[in-house]
Amino acid sequence: MNFELTEERQLLQDSLRRFLSDTYGPAERRGEGKDIMPGLAELGVLGAFFTEDDGGFGGSGFDLMVVFEELGRAGVIEPLIDGPLLCGRVLAELGGEKQRTVLEEIMAGGASLAFAHSETGARYDPDWVETRFENGALNGHKSVIAGGGVASSLLVSACTSGAPDDRDGIALFMVPANVPGVSIRSYPLAQGGYGADINLENVTAYEQLSDQAFPAIEQALAGATVAQCAETLGAMETALSMTRDYLGARRQFGRPLGSFQVLAHRLADLMLELEQARSAVILAAGHLDAMSPLRDRYCSAAKNLIGRVGRLVAEETIQMHGGIGMTAEYDLGHFAKRIIMADHRFGDTDYHLERFIARSA
Amino acid sequence: MDLSFSAEDLAFRDEVRAFIADKLPHELSERVRLGRKLTKQDHEFWHAKLNEKGWLAPNWPKRFGGAEWNAIRRHIFDEECAMAHTPRIVPFGLTMLGPVLQEFGSEEQQNYWLPRILSGADWWCQGYSEPNAGSDLASLKTSAVKDGDHYVVNGQKTWTTLGQYANKIFCLVRTDAGAKSQEGISFLLIDMETPGVEVRPIELLDGSVEVNEVWFSDVRVPVGNLVGEENKGWTYAKYLLTHERTNIAGVGFAQAGLDQVKRIAGRVRERGRSLLENPYFAARLATVEIDLMAMSTTNLRMLSKAAAGQAPGVESSLLKIKGTQIRQELNDLARRAVGPHAMPFASEAIEGVNDAPSDPFDAGAVAGKYFNMRKLSIYGGSNEIQREIYSKSLLRGTS
Repeated sequence: MNFELTEERQLLQDSLRRFLSDTYGPAERRGEGKDIMPGLAELGVLGAFFTEDDGGFGGSGFDLMVVFEELGRAGVIEPLIDGPLLCGRVLAELGGEKQRTVLEEIMAGGASLAFAHSETGARYDPDWVETRFENGALNGHKSVIAGGGVASSLLVSACTSGAPDDRDGIALFMVPANVPGVSIRSYPLAQGGYGADINLENVTAYEQLSDQAFPAIEQALAGATVAQCAETLGAMETALSMTRDYLGARRQFGRPLGSFQVLAHRLADLMLELEQARSAVILAAGHLDAMSPLRDRYCSAAKNLIGRVGRLVAEETIQMHGGIGMTAEYDLGHFAKRIIMADHRFGDTDYHLERFIARSA
Repeated sequence: MDLSFSAEDLAFRDEVRAFIADKLPHELSERVRLGRKLTKQDHEFWHAKLNEKGWLAPNWPKRFGGAEWNAIRRHIFDEECAMAHTPRIVPFGLTMLGPVLQEFGSEEQQNYWLPRILSGADWWCQGYSEPNAGSDLASLKTSAVKDGDHYVVNGQKTWTTLGQYANKIFCLVRTDAGAKSQEGISFLLIDMETPGVEVRPIELLDGSVEVNEVWFSDVRVPVGNLVGEENKGWTYAKYLLTHERTNIAGVGFAQAGLDQVKRIAGRVRERGRSLLENPYFAARLATVEIDLMAMSTTNLRMLSKAAAGQAPGVESSLLKIKGTQIRQELNDLARRAVGPHAMPFASEAIEGVNDAPSDPFDAGAVAGKYFNMRKLSIYGGSNEIQREIYSKSLLRGTS
């Protein structure tokens, strides 16, 4: 066993951490910064999402973990999971000429895609699609699509046959965002950035990418789940490091807060849970390329554990800060919101507990 | 033991229900239910309705214009108001300052200030915490120096709730810089329109603006605005805090929160099935409900022990801790229930902007409320401070 990063991943981690500490601060976390995508492409961050076969130079769970932990530490709000990672990995799974061209654009930081898959009726289930493809037209409603209001193209899933839960009937379409029949309502998200509700009414301007897309979607979602867990791990590191510093600096009753045993012990509890979270993410990352039941078991274990630890970390770090932790101006709130909102993406704590039990049977 | 309400209490409950049904506009109660921002006028409207009925000051003695209800009646009233989603009674004048003036104010002060609280002529806010005096409130530094028939006040207060609506502020100020920390503090009433008072809003992480910083630069306050004796303010402040905690368990809010979670979960579907039928969610919900059923009775037991109209003593710490835990758990469940729909940012919805995100479960700003309600375990003496008070009283005399 060896828990050290390879030299390449260590280099990627170091350069990404340096890039983000130089370019990404409170203004960027509020969405008032410059576009970081060209910088990320140049560092090779986007290439790390894909295997060499797909034209990248990474693609494994550990590559995703290194990248997204750093993005999480810096509180980056750009929808990298939903755009380049998820859309890119679905396209890579599907294969084909058109897909390859778009992949190249993604790695160069150019493509602007959103993954228009989730629906209100599905809650967290990826294999429930009510949007229909019938008589050559798309009709349906996609909800809370991260980056959906700014993307130039949408990857839209739709049911071609059978009931909404018929996996074999899920097809995938590329739809330009500005064609007739597509209406998009965009709004800010609690974790920063924007989400959108997307309505499709008799949309006929599309390119069908696959008529059996579910295996590719499921595979890509596993990668997104690992990335989301790693990102939350990074955000928790930052929240805890801020809290540790605050307990040392803030004085009440003539002494530092950290000298009060009740607070010191709670910090210790949080730090040990953080180590547990890191181990869970490592396990999930290490099994990302495993066969489905085993892969899903580790992904769900990580998402469940991160969900539980995340809530504890977000709530306790705010509590130990007191009022200042509640303010918009102080950065902690941003990280707390990202940590909690991560539980609302790709399945929450309970969803993954149920899934873990099902995959363990 | 008798766990049922008396016939008189039940008749009183019916009267409260009928009153609310008659006086509270549906549109206003919907905004309360959905966690939308209330305006100053919304609060003033509801205060005026309660005042007409003589119900605005449930815990004040009748001779000051209060309802002078016992603990059971106040409990019934609080619960009915919360369940019907009325605006809350803004506590600063009615629950906090009122009792202090009644106990320690001069007759002249009582005659002048108390009717103005009831009529709404004055909106009070609280000037206690400072940037370096939070949990350690007695280390406060805002100074008041006597100059003829005025005090000259300098310093900064913070976390002043709804200070942006207030025209008056009651403050703890240091009048004896040489005394031990708790002994040089006085309780001073300050007109916020006096030159030198400045209010700056603080935005919270959910995008709401309800707390403020209040700055004082050479603010001249008539000595007649001192409550009680100089340097005795700490005693009055402690008295005030026990009254702040008469409804500290927030049973009514919790009950309304539980109903809201059930209503939302009943609308949420996963694979066509109601979320209420999901065993994991149902278990979480049932666990909080069990806790709340017990707390409701714990609350009544503690309140019954205290004399009518009086606040409970150290038990209020217990009630605050358990009450805030349950309310925070319910807010957590509400955000869980809506799933991915928790992510659309609340503040836009609170402000009622046109392009607000869709709300398929009629849930309102649940994530915003979840984050906002983290304040419950921080303000009014954090839960850590409450545990300190409670455990000290438990261990007194054991070593």
